[in-house]
Amino acid sequence: MYPENFRYTKEHEWVRVDGDTGTIGITDHAQQELGDIVYVDMPKPGTRVEQGGTLGSVESVKAVSDIYAPVSGEVSEVNPALAEAPEKLNADPHGDAWLVRIKLGAPAEVAKLMSAAEYQAYIGAEK
Amino acid sequence: MITKVRPHLSPNERLLFERSSPGKTAYQLPELDVPAVDPRGALGAENVRASIEGFPEVSEVEALRHFTRLSTWNYAIDYGMYPLGSCTMKYNPRVNELVARLDGLAWAHPYQPEALAQGAMEIMARLEAALAEITGMDAVTLQPAAGAHAELTGILLIRALLEKRGNPRRRILIPDSAHGTNPASAVIAGYAVEHVPSNPGGTLDLEVLHRIVDQDVAALMVTNPNTLGVFEHDIIQAAEILHAKGALLYMDGANMNALMGIARPGDFGVDALHLNLHKTFSTPHGGGGPGAGPVAVKKALEPFLPTPRLKRSGKKWAWDDKRKLSIGRVRAFYGNFGVLVRALAYILAHGGPGLRNVTLDAVLNANYIRHQLEPHFDLPYPAPNMHEVVFSDSRQAKRGIHTGDIAKRLIDYGFHPYTVSFPLIVHGALMIEPTETEGKHELDQFIDALISIAKEVETDPELVRTAPHGTRTTRVDEVTAARKPVLRWKPE
Repeated sequence: MYPENFRYTKEHEWVRVDGDTGTIGITDHAQQELGDIVYVDMPKPGTRVEQGGTLGSVESVKAVSDIYAPVSGEVSEVNPALAEAPEKLNADPHGDAWLVRIKLGAPAEVAKLMSAAEYQAYIGAEK
Repeated sequence: MITKVRPHLSPNERLLFERSSPGKTAYQLPELDVPAVDPRGALGAENVRASIEGFPEVSEVEALRHFTRLSTWNYAIDYGMYPLGSCTMKYNPRVNELVARLDGLAWAHPYQPEALAQGAMEIMARLEAALAEITGMDAVTLQPAAGAHAELTGILLIRALLEKRGNPRRRILIPDSAHGTNPASAVIAGYAVEHVPSNPGGTLDLEVLHRIVDQDVAALMVTNPNTLGVFEHDIIQAAEILHAKGALLYMDGANMNALMGIARPGDFGVDALHLNLHKTFSTPHGGGGPGAGPVAVKKALEPFLPTPRLKRSGKKWAWDDKRKLSIGRVRAFYGNFGVLVRALAYILAHGGPGLRNVTLDAVLNANYIRHQLEPHFDLPYPAPNMHEVVFSDSRQAKRGIHTGDIAKRLIDYGFHPYTVSFPLIVHGALMIEPTETEGKHELDQFIDALISIAKEVETDPELVRTAPHGTRTTRVDEVTAARKPVLRWKPE
């Protein structure tokens, strides 16, 4: 369920690192908790974000939730598919429905995030 | 068993646009007895339309029945209990409506000269004084239009004071049990928000505060009692931690219904707070608004309050606009005056002992509900609760039934739903605030309804999952409504 090559945050975001780029999304657990997602608000490419700072927000029928940046850096790409079809976040949160790509500002940060096993233990305890 | 309501017929009603037929009117004007004027000449041709497309034309009886029929589809506080947690949907006493409609008040104009507005100004001055006494604060502004507007005003006051001291600072701390509007207010005032996790008891964690409060923190925004309905018992120590670093304590006073006449925020270290007159002080709420959100402050913040300020000039009241440090106006004229009149009438009708009884009864009602429902619903934070109680749907969720389903089933029982999925600190929250104005009979019916639904979840979960069944419209497709909203009626 939770890919081994991702790293995870306590706020239920994931990041997958390819070279100097991090692809960021929300976890399957997050989409389940949010329920049907109706709107995704992400910053424009070029925006600088800090680890733990607000990246954007996701709106479901239940609530609007902030999404926090799992790593620092500069937004290089925003997933264009989510503007028209936010429901993809419910269907494929770990794949096609990634949120943004970030050019990593501090690659060492990634190591501080949780592994798949640690994240699964974390959400198990949260329940 | 459903005892409070039974099905009855209610008329279907189309939109007025759809009822319209050309030439129908709901009025009859006398023949013109002065020379006709060409409006294009008087107003300019560009300002005059020959016709308004789609303008509904109906007769008087059609217009009257239209709105009367729609009103029968409604739910209102005059119809039954409205247990929305955090909203304080108490009864709006009719005498307050009578007072606000007195000719001299209802017809007062904000441009009336001061000499002809002394009565209205006296009402505002007395209300300011009463609210200062109730909260234990030094000065009050009545301008802000409602709670979130008042939060913004309060944070701007704090910012102005800190700027005057040389550094506005950058961060505002907000506990995870605070009202949802607090972070937005802080951000609009130019601050970064830092969330403060609660301790396992659901209250402020002093160790966390000790660690994160520094010279960069402008204020802590705390809701007290918090959204779990729990009193922040360490509030005095929290204020000391903040004050020691030059930071301020802002209190969201939306839950003042649990403190009024018993405890005063000014006595437990609060520097600024707002009140919701449309909650604690019984003025109409929601569709019957507008609201009013006075902000009360300690002396240090008083010079920054919005202008104009009321001041005593000899034996008369006057408006003072010449206040150099003021953050300026936050609202046209003097706030929502009609609401202020109702709130003062409420305060004077109750008096001090009466307001204290309001608080005691509000807390009693919430605890009665808690006690009766605790065997049937999970109570995640067992700390003593004040004016509201928050259950979780964790027992029902095991059968696939969530708080939203239970709320919708409650409609079938003749009640407005409670607050759903808030506060966020409780997973699957059922947040219930009865207020003091419900009697035992209505409370018992509400409790019986929820117990009955809890049993249905065990015996027939599908009945709850697909509720409501007895309403004009059954469960709506919230997802499509949010993803593809239709915001405007258009002819087919």
